[in-house]
Formats: sequence, C-alpha cells, structure tokens
Amino acid sequence: MIKFLLKGLVRDKSRSWIPTLVVAVGVMLSVFLHAYITGFMNETIEMNAQFFNGHVKVVTRAYADEISQIPNDLALLETDILVNQLKVQFPDVQWFERIHFGGLVDAPDSLGETKTQGPAMGMAVDLLSPTKNEVQRLNLYKSLVRGNLPQKPDDILISDFFAQKLRVNPGDTITFIGSTMNNAMAYHNFVISGTLSFGAMALDRGAMIADIEAVRFALDMENAAGEIVGFLPAGFYSSKVAHAMQSDFNKVADETDVFSPVMLTFEDQGDMATFVNLAHYMGAIITGIFMLAMSLVLWNAGLLGGLRRYGEIGIRLAMGEEKVHVFSTMIYESLMIGIAGSILGTSLGLFFAWLLQTYGLDISATMKGASIMMPTVIRARITTADYFIGFIPGVVSTLIGTALAGIGIFKRQTARLFKELET
Amino acid sequence: MTNNPIITTEKLIKKFPMGKGEFLALKGIDLEFNEGEFAGLIGPSGSGKTTLLNIIGSLDTPSEGEAMVLGQPVSQLTARQAAQLRKEKLGFIFQSYNLLAVHTVFENVEFPLLLLKYTPSQRQKMVMDALEWVGLTDKVNSKPPALSGGECQRVAIARAMVKKPMVVLADEPTANLDAANSHNILKTMEMLNKELKTTFLFATHDEKVISYLHRKIFLIDGKIDRDELIK
Ligand SMILES: Nc1ncnc2c1ncn2[C@@H]1O[C@H](COP(=O)(O)OP(=O)(O)OP(=O)(O)O)[C@@H](O)[C@H]1O
Ligand SMILES: [Mg+2]
Repeated sequence: MIKFLLKGLVRDKSRSWIPTLVVAVGVMLSVFLHAYITGFMNETIEMNAQFFNGHVKVVTRAYADEISQIPNDLALLETDILVNQLKVQFPDVQWFERIHFGGLVDAPDSLGETKTQGPAMGMAVDLLSPTKNEVQRLNLYKSLVRGNLPQKPDDILISDFFAQKLRVNPGDTITFIGSTMNNAMAYHNFVISGTLSFGAMALDRGAMIADIEAVRFALDMENAAGEIVGFLPAGFYSSKVAHAMQSDFNKVADETDVFSPVMLTFEDQGDMATFVNLAHYMGAIITGIFMLAMSLVLWNAGLLGGLRRYGEIGIRLAMGEEKVHVFSTMIYESLMIGIAGSILGTSLGLFFAWLLQTYGLDISATMKGASIMMPTVIRARITTADYFIGFIPGVVSTLIGTALAGIGIFKRQTARLFKELET
Repeated sequence: MTNNPIITTEKLIKKFPMGKGEFLALKGIDLEFNEGEFAGLIGPSGSGKTTLLNIIGSLDTPSEGEAMVLGQPVSQLTARQAAQLRKEKLGFIFQSYNLLAVHTVFENVEFPLLLLKYTPSQRQKMVMDALEWVGLTDKVNSKPPALSGGECQRVAIARAMVKKPMVVLADEPTANLDAANSHNILKTMEMLNKELKTTFLFATHDEKVISYLHRKIFLIDGKIDRDELIK
C-alpha cells in the first residue's frame, strides 16, 4: 500500500515535484532573508559598537546621565588603574580608553589668517601603539582616501568630505579650538596625515580621529578619558554576556559618588535597545509572516490538488478505503513533501546566504545620504536559527494546507464527490 | 420473488435539501434482488437511478426507510462499517472510468486487493485472472492515458471484479463508449455474471444495456413504474 502511494506520488509531478518546489522556494527565501537581515542588523550593531557604544562602556555615573552631550568635565580619572582593574576582572575582553570631543576647526592660509572654519566631532583613540588594535577596529586602513595613517602624536585624520569643505589637504596644519576638561579654552595644532571616508553621513560630515595622548594634552585630560569601551572576545555583541558583566561590575559601584565608574551595555545607549530587540525578534517576525503566506499558498495548492484528485479520492472511498485512511495518507504525503521541500529550500537558502556572507554586496552607492550609521557592505550572517527557521514553517504550513484542503473534501458526502466528478 | 434476497429496500425515501424546502428524489422504493441477478434501473434523467444505486452501494444513506445490503442495514452503518462493506462485498463501475492516471493497468486493478491485504503472489494471480476476463493481459503495464475508452472501461470492470465481489453496481457504464465497445463490455459482464454468479445492478437509459438485462426496473420521478422479469 505504501509502495503504491509512493509510486503515485513520484509519478504525479503536480502532486509531488511542484508542491515540493513551492515549499523549497518559500523556505529558501525565508532562510536567505533571515540570514540577510541578521547580517545587516548585526553589522549595524557592530559598526555602532566599534565607533561609539562599545559592547560595554565604562563611564562615570555623572557622564552616563548626560552621555549624549559628551561631558568631558565628568570624565573618568586615573584611567590607567581602572583599565588594569577591568583587565583583571574581565581578562578576555579588550579595553580601550577613548575621548569624544567637539569643537571648532580653523584652517589658516599661508599668512596664518583664517581661511576656513567648521565645527568638528572628534574621537581620540590609541592610534600609535604598536598593536594597532584600534586602527584595525575602526577599519582605518580601508577607510583611508588620501594621505597616510598617523605616525606622530599630533597627526590627525579627518573625513575627506570635511577636508574638502575646509579646503585642506594631507600635510596641512589645522587648529582645533575647544574646551579643556576644566572648561578652559583649549587650542591645539594638528597636522592632517590623511583623509577618511566612512560611508555614513553621520561620520563624514565633520569627523576627525586623533591619537588619545595628543588630545589628552590638548584638553588637559592627563590620565583621564571620557570612556573606556570594552569588546567581547566573541567579536560580536551578546546581550546576555554584556548584561552579566554589567551586573558584575556595577554591584560594587558607589551610588553616592557621581564620579564613580559604572558600566553601560551597548543597549543602554541611545535607541540601541530597540534595535537590538528588533534584531532579536526578526526571526520570529519573518517566520510568522512566512508561515502565514506559505500556509495560504499551500492551502490553495492543496485545494487545487485536492479538486484534481476528486476522482482518485472518490474511487478509493468507493472501493472501501476509510476516510481516515485516505486523509492520513494525504497528510503523510504532505509531510514528505514538506520535509523534502524544506531540506531543499534550507540548503539553497544557506548556500545563497553563504555567498552573501563570504563575498558581501557593496551598496555604498545607494547609501550616500544615510544619516545613521549603517554598513555599506551588506553581508548575510548565517546563524543556527537558519537551519530550522525555514524548516519548521515549511513542514507545518504544508501540513496545515493539506489538512485544510482535506477537511474541505471530506466534509462532503462521499456520494457528492461522484456527483461533482461526473459533471 | 424468492426466499433469499441479498438486497432489499423498504419504503426507501431520499430527500435532498433544495432552497428553503426539500426535494424528494426517491419516493418510497420497495425492491428485492436475488443472488446472480443481471438487473437494471431504467429511467429518464433525474428519475433517481444514481441516487438509489448510491444508497445500495452504501455511498449515501436513506432519509427514511431502509436498504438491507448483504444483511447490513445501510442507514445504521457507521462510515467505517460502510467502507468495510464496500471493500469486501461490492464493486463499482462508473460512467467516467475513474482510473488512476499515473498508475499502470496492473496497479489500478491491484488496488482493491491492497485494501484487502492479499499477499503479492495472490495479488499477481488475481489481477492477471481479472485482466484475462476482460481480455487485457497485453496491456498490464500501460497507463490509462494510453488506452482507448473501451479499454479503460474494461480495466474498470477488472478492478471491480478482481476481488470477486457479491454485487457489482454499474452507473451508466456505456455512456462514454461507442456501440461496438458497449456490446463488448456488456458481453464481458454477462459472462462474469454467468461464471462467477456475481449480481450486477445497472443504472442506465442506454438501449444497448437494456437489451442485455434480465430484469428491467423502470423508475419515473423517484417511483417504480414497472418491474419486468425477462426469460
Ligand atoms: N446531492 C443532491 N442534492 C440535491 N439534489 C440532488 C442531489 N443528488 C441528486 N439530486 C436530485 O435528485 C434527482 C435524482 O438524481 P439522480 O442523480 O439520482 O438522477 P438519475 O436518474 O441518475 O439521472 P441521470 O440519468 O441524469 O444520471 C435529480 O433531480 C437531482 O437533481
Ligand atoms: Mg445518474
């Protein structure tokens, strides 16, 4: 009997291959889409983490309260001790001191008079240490448009867009005017060593990157830093790990001292919590939508197939096969189709996702005006979820589709099947 | 008629819902059939032939009255019992042959035996016997789309006969066939009726079929008009 049904299934292409392909296409799309969106969201998260938020970040309690205004007067002091403490407490995490600062950049002409001026957002990081950790983390080699990476303490990188606005070139000297940690006026001359393109308008508008020691000197922040960012050993953000670290670190914090250090996770800053949650629930959302759509498609396919099979079903019933048995063979068939289609679709989806993960897709041309920090190269990211995210809905929706169609058929009187058959 | 009927209907009424009211398709049918009959329900379109045949075949249930088929009251049977009755004792032949298009002639005829759980060697023999009755042993491996209408109907007869049922119910079996093929399959059925003592019950308005019948039951408007026994 099983052999008989299998023969029918394999020989009747509209009953086997076509629904299998329908399932496979749906499953493939959802696996690929999931990997793509996961990749895009994670890349966005990582990019923001690398440049701004860190996976975790240590700041003073007071700085945390006004973090969007980069209040360097509330910066951490004696950061060398603090960094060592952090390295002991979380040895696998990479820790970096950073200072974000804002001010005015003044480009002088050959006579020393102001040629152009513009507001600048600066970030001070360790550019000169031999490990070049931060240089790699911020992807500075690849972002370099003209000139070289800094070699000397007063060397600075500015965005190419900003350089053109100021009409300055690598080798020129610019004057930074800002305020020190103690709210006094700060002046410092930097030499532009190179220009950068980040591919995100938020950064390209007026960004500059300087070595932290020069900025400490300029802003009177000896052994101080606005923030200490930490990056998890896994290389990407994990909400769970970050929160575990946070509660570990913050439980000894002195709540009465506004200058005591506290740890923030990536999500604690800006709107990133929403984004991280969105990235997290994307799987469920896609699965839900896909399952609904697939069920509808397969229900229809099942109905059509069922109508086409009125004759077969009618004759099987007339010959004394029980309705329950006919129904369960239809369910078995759909199970086989669902599984076959899901395996095929998952494999194809993973393959295409793997291509996109390995080779990436450069969309920088379409991203020119984006004002938030987004990656310009789309890469899929294959996660374990992708192995079953298409599978379960693929099988379940095939089952639901068949069951609905089957119920539709079997609610009719057996005799009516023949009536409809003969007209 | 005799003391041993295998099918009886008693005050059989079938109503179908129609609009707000209902439509009486069978208006009290009393009939008896004995083993080995070659009988036909004859009447114009809409007279209730198919309806009556479906009830006797336990594909449908009466609204009132009763049909006793091989000792079983059709109105009382559960779906499972009705399926059991059809599986073991009844064979069906339809106007549209209803063969499974992707299965070979052999597999089509074999199907009822699969339901009855015969062994492969038993099935092999029974299917070949049945195909021999209808003269199709050379087409065992063909599929229905490659057969003529007459050949298809002969496969359907073989399928109905392969398990040697007590009763074969044939609803307009010649409606899609030309004269030569009609006579051909009617002769086959007549032969099987004689050799295997299978009871045949037709629903038809085809003169060719009528000419072969040993008993003619004329239905008009859901009622028996005449019941003629030949020879
Ligand atoms: N399921 C149903 N619902 C409503 N009316 C029905 C149903 N089945 C049959 N009828 C009606 O019952 C009457 C008898 O139908 P039946 O199919 O038994 O006729 P028939 O004698 O077989 O006709 P034909 O020679 O055209 O096959 C017809 O008027 C038909 O419209
Ligand atoms: Mg009819």
